[in-house]
Amino acid sequence: MKIAFNPLRKLALTAALSSLLLASVTPARAEDGTIKVGVLHSLSGTMAISETTLKDTMLMLIDEQNKKGGLLGKKLEAVVVDPASDWPLFAEKARELLTKDKVASIFGCWTSVSRKSVLPVIEELNGILFYPVQYEGEESSKNVFYTGAAPNQQAIPAVDYLMNDLKVERWILAGTDYVYPRTTNKILEAYLKAKGVKEKDIMINYTPFGHSDWQSIVADIKKFGSAGKKTAVVSTINGDANIPFYKELGNQGVSAEDIPVVAFSVGEEELSGMDTKPLVGHLAAWNYFMSVDTTKNAAFIKQWQDYIKNPKRVTNDPMEAHYIGFNMWVKAVEKAGTTDPEAVQKALIGVEFPNLTGGIAKMLPNHHISKPVLIGEIQDDGQFVTVWQTNKVVDGDAWSDYLPESKPIIADWTAPISCGNYNTKTKKCSGQNY
Amino acid sequence: MKNLLKQDKTYASVLIALAAVTLIIPFCNLISSVDSPLHFSAYSVSLIGKYLCFALLGLSLDMVWGYAGILVLGQGAFFALGGYAMGMYLMRQIGTRGVYGNPELPDFMVFLNWSELPWYWLGFENFGFAMLMVFLAPGILAFVFGWLAFRSRVTGVYLSIITQALTYALLLAFFRNEMGFGGNNGLTDFKEILGFNIQSEAVRSMLLLLSGLSLIGALLLCRWIVNSKLGRVVTAIRDQESRVRFLGYRVELFKLWVFVFAAMLAGLAGALYVPQVGIINPSEFSPLNSLEIVIWVAVGGRGTLYGAIIGAVLVNYAKSVLTGLMPDAWLFCLGGAFILVTLLLPDGIVGLLRRRIKSKSLDLSLEGEPT
Amino acid sequence: MTTNHAKNDFKTLPLPEHTAGPVRRNGGVFKSLLSLARAAIWALFLLTFSANLAAQTGDDLPQPLEQLRLGSMAEREQAIEQLAEDSRNLKLLQALQDGQLMDWKAESRLVIASESAKGYNLRDPFDGKAVLADVERDAVGKLNLTNKLRSVLRKAIGGLQLNADSADMRLEAVKAIAKDADDKALQLLRKRLEKERDAAVLAAIQEALWLQDLNGDDKPARLAAITALKNINNQDAYNRLRELAEPDAEADPEVAEQARSAVKKIESRLQNYAAIETVFFGLSLGAVLVLASIGLAITFGVMGVINMAHGELMMLGAYTTYVMQQLLPEYLGTALIISIPMAFLVAALVGVIIERGIIRFLYGRPLETLLATFGVSLFLQQSVRSIFSPLNRSVSTPDWMSGSWQINDFLSLTWNRFYILIFCLLVFTALLQILKRTKLGLEVRAVAQNRGMARAMGIPTARVDAMTFGLGSGIAGVAGVALSQITNVGPNLGQAYIVDSFMVVVFGGVGNLFGTLVAGFSLGIANKFLEPYAGAVLAKILVLVFIILFIQKKPRGLFPQKGRAADG
Repeated sequence: MKIAFNPLRKLALTAALSSLLLASVTPARAEDGTIKVGVLHSLSGTMAISETTLKDTMLMLIDEQNKKGGLLGKKLEAVVVDPASDWPLFAEKARELLTKDKVASIFGCWTSVSRKSVLPVIEELNGILFYPVQYEGEESSKNVFYTGAAPNQQAIPAVDYLMNDLKVERWILAGTDYVYPRTTNKILEAYLKAKGVKEKDIMINYTPFGHSDWQSIVADIKKFGSAGKKTAVVSTINGDANIPFYKELGNQGVSAEDIPVVAFSVGEEELSGMDTKPLVGHLAAWNYFMSVDTTKNAAFIKQWQDYIKNPKRVTNDPMEAHYIGFNMWVKAVEKAGTTDPEAVQKALIGVEFPNLTGGIAKMLPNHHISKPVLIGEIQDDGQFVTVWQTNKVVDGDAWSDYLPESKPIIADWTAPISCGNYNTKTKKCSGQNY
Repeated sequence: MKNLLKQDKTYASVLIALAAVTLIIPFCNLISSVDSPLHFSAYSVSLIGKYLCFALLGLSLDMVWGYAGILVLGQGAFFALGGYAMGMYLMRQIGTRGVYGNPELPDFMVFLNWSELPWYWLGFENFGFAMLMVFLAPGILAFVFGWLAFRSRVTGVYLSIITQALTYALLLAFFRNEMGFGGNNGLTDFKEILGFNIQSEAVRSMLLLLSGLSLIGALLLCRWIVNSKLGRVVTAIRDQESRVRFLGYRVELFKLWVFVFAAMLAGLAGALYVPQVGIINPSEFSPLNSLEIVIWVAVGGRGTLYGAIIGAVLVNYAKSVLTGLMPDAWLFCLGGAFILVTLLLPDGIVGLLRRRIKSKSLDLSLEGEPT
Repeated sequence: MTTNHAKNDFKTLPLPEHTAGPVRRNGGVFKSLLSLARAAIWALFLLTFSANLAAQTGDDLPQPLEQLRLGSMAEREQAIEQLAEDSRNLKLLQALQDGQLMDWKAESRLVIASESAKGYNLRDPFDGKAVLADVERDAVGKLNLTNKLRSVLRKAIGGLQLNADSADMRLEAVKAIAKDADDKALQLLRKRLEKERDAAVLAAIQEALWLQDLNGDDKPARLAAITALKNINNQDAYNRLRELAEPDAEADPEVAEQARSAVKKIESRLQNYAAIETVFFGLSLGAVLVLASIGLAITFGVMGVINMAHGELMMLGAYTTYVMQQLLPEYLGTALIISIPMAFLVAALVGVIIERGIIRFLYGRPLETLLATFGVSLFLQQSVRSIFSPLNRSVSTPDWMSGSWQINDFLSLTWNRFYILIFCLLVFTALLQILKRTKLGLEVRAVAQNRGMARAMGIPTARVDAMTFGLGSGIAGVAGVALSQITNVGPNLGQAYIVDSFMVVVFGGVGNLFGTLVAGFSLGIANKFLEPYAGAVLAKILVLVFIILFIQKKPRGLFPQKGRAADG
């Protein structure tokens, strides 16, 4: 192949130079006087439905903190990026936030897979991530602070309620086929069996994401539930699949009185996009309800509605998680006197901040927080009436006691253990990247 | 003849630019310290590495679409299969450093109460075997699929749609946790490749170098193929399939050959992609992803090889920049850009470049004329 | 594990913040009936509460009404039971069940409220007729219910309605009571049996009593009950018989034997019902697939445009429904029906714009239409996200479309699916007629078959192209209205259906509308028959693999197009 090099040198050089330029658009722009906070929530793609609100929540919280005079005498600046519901893009954007924008901490992620994708990057660059969504547990990273519920802060209390108060004897564990429902159902299955529920009284069903044709499954649920014993559905069905599910339940005549469904992923925000008629009376377990009547919550709701300029917008549990997480981070930075991640990570443990629903949230050594557990019945205005709640806050447990392989494992990020995966039997710390 | 030379000019400059990127970045990072201005951050390195993998993927599609005229709406499936083969090797390298410390089983299998490694995971601890599978897994799938489809003369949109059905079926299958590929979370949390820390700077630079070299190698190879006799038959099939068949060529064999070759290239791209981004999960199989590949090629300019590379890099660069700059409106820009490119640049960006060069030379010749 | 002091300590006390605070309407929201400690707190709470109440109202309104209005859930339960003693309270209890009973804040009393232009129209809670006032929405507060209250309420109303004049009402009442009936309920039923004249009500009461006999000690009565029940489709009876049929569950061998044969008989009927149900499920899934792909059968099948924006056109139809319902909040059903032509117009308009603005420059380059329409789909998605927010929008199902057609205890067909099935067939017929009978249809077919010749014959091909694309898009919009009734209305709606739509069109044979219909229904039914054996995911994978293999066998789909156009 013959290539005329001479006349082309210029062109080639330009190409090479431009690619260089492309690569090196990475000046450290951390101006003095501001502290940057990364917001890593999908604003497009399938997860935008849930995550956009959290971006707005973060902007509101940062705005408010700036009105109070900022942090350490500096203003806070939000750096918003869009990982577009694309999991590898989450990792790329996290790296961008930490190396290019040099953010002091990141608030973000919703799905488990996005967190798993970001995790190695955050650990490598020693950043801080606040993760605001209820999740499956079985993880505790030095760099991640889990402000959503662990399974013992949502699933197990809900099952206790069904078993003790509603006298449920037959159980349908229905979920979307991914790690959160799988783990939760595994924990629940073990828990139910430990409580004497027989194998034949448990039905487990998994469906793909966005499943929209629930006719056969609801018919099965109906059959399973009509065997004469009180039956309940524990639903870990994810976001979009819920509307067709509840619609089908309603249409096939399965009422909340006959077969109540307790959901872990249906909150006020999801309800605002649903026709609530078929949902009335079904249950949800969360750590926060918008309907909880406290002064703090009323103020938060008002602040949110003013900020978003919509008096009908609702608040939900992950928003509270960000509210708590952000304020804990602020407290920890003030305590440490610096935004240096190492110092802040240490300072965060033990930080306390009041929940919106009463009680005090505390950041535990396993990087989870303590929260109250509330169970509510859905009303036709899309709100919950709390029918049950724990009398004090429940501590988040990273490693479930009901799974044999994680039973001996604990997470404790304080000396002398300083490990997220410490086996109390072998006295070994494993699964860490350093 | 002159036209061919013009085409060669762009081709050469793309090649040189690629070589420059591939060599300069790892070299700079080798000789300079972290703080020096010559140093490329890990962010840039992995980003460029990713673009190179996508460029290779785009190139593979251009081979099969641009030259053989088979619009594959499932090229992402082969990419993902290569990626999974690599991911399985990387998973096996974790060993006892996993969450549950099981030396044999990856964490998700421990979690699903599997007692032993399923048969299709066997051998993946061996790098050589895994590399073989990177080519074989997509290759065999493409062979079986292509053999069936081309033999029964499935063409045009029918073929496109069943390739889409293929990747969609794989997407659903890999989502299932029972399949043993980690379900929705896929494979992640990799530690080492060939004994080196996967997050270390040197490995990153090395992977970038490898991706660049593979891309250059693939580009040269593809160009050699399309200029060979085989390539010309393939192009002829694209333009007039029946006529070529009547001339006595076994059309389906030629098509099958290109299809399998492109699938293997896509598999290689996937294998290089996974260690650089650190995760492989079923969303790579989604029909939308495969559609995007088609768009890279169309934007760059179909049937030119380097057009696919330019398209893949540009579209992804635009995506990276726009998702940060205007998180709320970047889809408008991207969507608008696709529409404009189709309407105004029927031959993609390469077509524009060519026209520019052509009109320039035309201007020059006009200047020479006395008015 | 490490940090779980409170883990198993789920006793239920209202948080201090709530007990200490002023008494609110929902002051006793946190509740459970478990612990004694709680009861004590409640007692205290009640004391403060009633003191407060007296101070607030200052008069002596009937106690249960006040309990209902302001009390906790436990008190409301008591109140309902008290109110159920007196048949004059029927209207009030029904209103409570329907969510129409509200607390009129200004007057501190309960009223029945119905939606009005201003907000709510308030009426007297006892006769439900006398209009009291027309107030803003904020002036009243709804009384919340829990499942427990709902079931208490259902029984209370049933008891009151048992002697109603209307036979339908009585039947409903019998069914309400018969569900896990206690002695008191059975007494009521026996009393009613003597007076009852209506056959359906009689049968319902009789079933409940037979079921009671079955649990009794009188052997002949038990055997008679089994003989009677085995021909009746009653879920409770089936459950009870199944229990008796279990080995060692029944001491009397004859009863056990009879029960076993009864169960067998019922189960053979059940199988038939299950088959009918599966066919119906399959047809309704098929109807959705056909609706989603029939517009594409025109834009893609007839015009050859690989229309990636097809899903987004359906999305526009669904959003049109949402907007219509927002415009007519009181007439949800009417809004839904008006949405059908509106969605057609909106989507058709967007379709014509797309065709005139973009696609007409791309004829002869079908693959490039893919690129451009993909751009359009991104654009439309993000537009909707910007205008309506990325959240799902709530589209209500009108009453006549909710619920199901209860044929018997074992077989019921849901109304919304039923309507969608009929709607699908209507749309298909209408489309077929348009293409076969109208001038436009003739022109469309002419242009599709031979563009050049059509133009030579004087057909304005450009206009026909625009109209055809508009027609296909409009049908997509209409499909969106149907989808809004069964799934999420959000920016991602289109993406969920686009792959399936292409699959159906290709499976049926590009360019053949009838093929699309057959393909949609057969894929739907195949999917539903596979689902019980393979599970939802595997069923779908199998169907996809089947399509791939089928295309190898018949490379041009179920109904291949013949002639010159087939080579395109």
